[in-house]
Amino acid sequence: MKETTLKTLEKIGFTALIPLIKLLMWDEPKKQIVILSSRILLPAVAIALFLILWAGVSSQINTSLGQLPGPAQVWEQSTSLITEHQLEQEKKAAFYERQEARNAKKLAINPDAIVRVRTYTGAPTFIDQIFTSIITVIVGFLIASFIAIPLGIFCGLSEKMNNALNPIFQIFKPVSPLAWLPIVTMVVSAVYVTDDPMFAKSFVISAITVSLCCLWPTLLNTTVGVASVESDLINVSRVLRLHWFTHTIKIVVPSSIPMMFTGLRLSMGTGWMVLIATEMLAQNPGLGKFVWDEFQNGSSNSLGRIMVAVLVIGLIGFILDRLLMTAQRFVSWDKNVEIR
Amino acid sequence: MLNRYLELSKVSIEFPTDQGPFKALDEIDLILKQGEFVSLIGHSGCGKSTVLNIVAGLYQATTGGIILENKEVTDPGPDRAVVFQNHSLLPWLTAYENVELAVKQVFKKDKNAAEMKEWIEHNLTLVHMDHAMHKRPSEISGGMKQRVGIARALAMQPKVLLMDEPFGALDALTRAHLQDSLMEIQADLNSTVIMITHDVDEAVLLSDRIVMMTNGPAARIGEILEIDLPRPRNRVEISDNVEYNHYRHEVLAFLYEKQRNPADH
Repeated sequence: MKETTLKTLEKIGFTALIPLIKLLMWDEPKKQIVILSSRILLPAVAIALFLILWAGVSSQINTSLGQLPGPAQVWEQSTSLITEHQLEQEKKAAFYERQEARNAKKLAINPDAIVRVRTYTGAPTFIDQIFTSIITVIVGFLIASFIAIPLGIFCGLSEKMNNALNPIFQIFKPVSPLAWLPIVTMVVSAVYVTDDPMFAKSFVISAITVSLCCLWPTLLNTTVGVASVESDLINVSRVLRLHWFTHTIKIVVPSSIPMMFTGLRLSMGTGWMVLIATEMLAQNPGLGKFVWDEFQNGSSNSLGRIMVAVLVIGLIGFILDRLLMTAQRFVSWDKNVEIR
Repeated sequence: MLNRYLELSKVSIEFPTDQGPFKALDEIDLILKQGEFVSLIGHSGCGKSTVLNIVAGLYQATTGGIILENKEVTDPGPDRAVVFQNHSLLPWLTAYENVELAVKQVFKKDKNAAEMKEWIEHNLTLVHMDHAMHKRPSEISGGMKQRVGIARALAMQPKVLLMDEPFGALDALTRAHLQDSLMEIQADLNSTVIMITHDVDEAVLLSDRIVMMTNGPAARIGEILEIDLPRPRNRVEISDNVEYNHYRHEVLAFLYEKQRNPADH
């Protein structure tokens, strides 16, 4: 039981928790305390110092929206955002309850009556916006990866292909998402026309803008990874006369996985940053819109709520990177290399 | 026919460089009998590996060519299996899977799954790696990796086994072990082998003939030495043998008197 818990933690990348679990099980407690003190105590001290510094500095700054919020105010706002979400959930439940009761009543009087089922249309809460953003970035990232990985493999395998396409990649790579956004908006509006859309237009626009920006790191890193497969391994494949497909699956892909993941993690980081900016600019639902709305709202609570959003954005970015790191740990063949 | 199993016929190669073509090999002529063990020896940079790579088909000769069993060969193929100096095992596959990749490719039509499994295990047993079949290269020692590399090459059932300094990166004791294993295997299977080495003892101990190459550029075959020592050879007994020491002397004299290392000039 203990062994499996520890192994699972190690696999999913939460190695920092291992000494804590060991300490709780009284396994070499002295050693664990030493490890814990360096791994948890030091970051804890740093975070504490940061909070003190933040509190001190923010109390000195007065903006037109009042004093810059310190840690205490931000904490207050985070709890109030959660409460708001809970209230909204209750309202939603109550709405559906009323609707159901009304419809049931109608049907009781006249079984043939046409009843309408309406969906609840309350404003999305902070928590709703978080989930919208996470889903959007994941979809955008997946679209980009499905294009970038195969294209990167082709470019890495064929120098001619790479020479042909590389200048195009290099030109599009530094383009800011904000420049893509108007084009993507117009194109999606023109092309994505259905009466019964499966996805909201704003969602499609955000996801495509994210894809356009997080295509490049994966693409370029995969190309480099594939092009730098050890020549001895390529010779092995030539001596065996491996079919190009077998060659790609058995030799090229495994050997370029480390570079591929470097690219994927860079892409995810870029994508997440791009998404927030896109949502702010395009007023597409998500955390970016939340920040912008609060800014426009300009109440005395706004800055505190924006800071909650900033921290949440950071935390989610960190978790997304961790998830990819865990995935890398699962597919990586070189267990000796520390993945960080 | 038997005595013209593998023929290198007037093999020359030029590599393009910024200063015009660089001629690495000049008209290499060599004929191997089936079951013969030939070593190529020479100073670093003389083009030994180039010869091996041309036979393997990894490089194309500029003029001349390779004839194997009366057929010219120009592409790489499993009939000329290569044991690379740094083992070249796929690090993401276990020893078994590395050999399996080769076996599946070479015998995809001729063997069913059970026969393949048996053949893979047979070859790993031959190199004494049956105890660590399911380990990855990173989990085994350098000598063991080289053993797996040899098993992979043998499992292709090649007509010619090409070995590029197979034991060069190993310590002396491990190297001796592997040389003994190789002699046993070669006696068993009667394989035709070309081995590159710069270890004089290794060349004399293992070979039927030693091909000594001149220094490049435009390296040629300097001398060919027939090693007429009875097999099986025992490294301890043989080290006291007059003929053995005479052969060693011949090779050393070629390398250090007739063909001084270019770096020493």
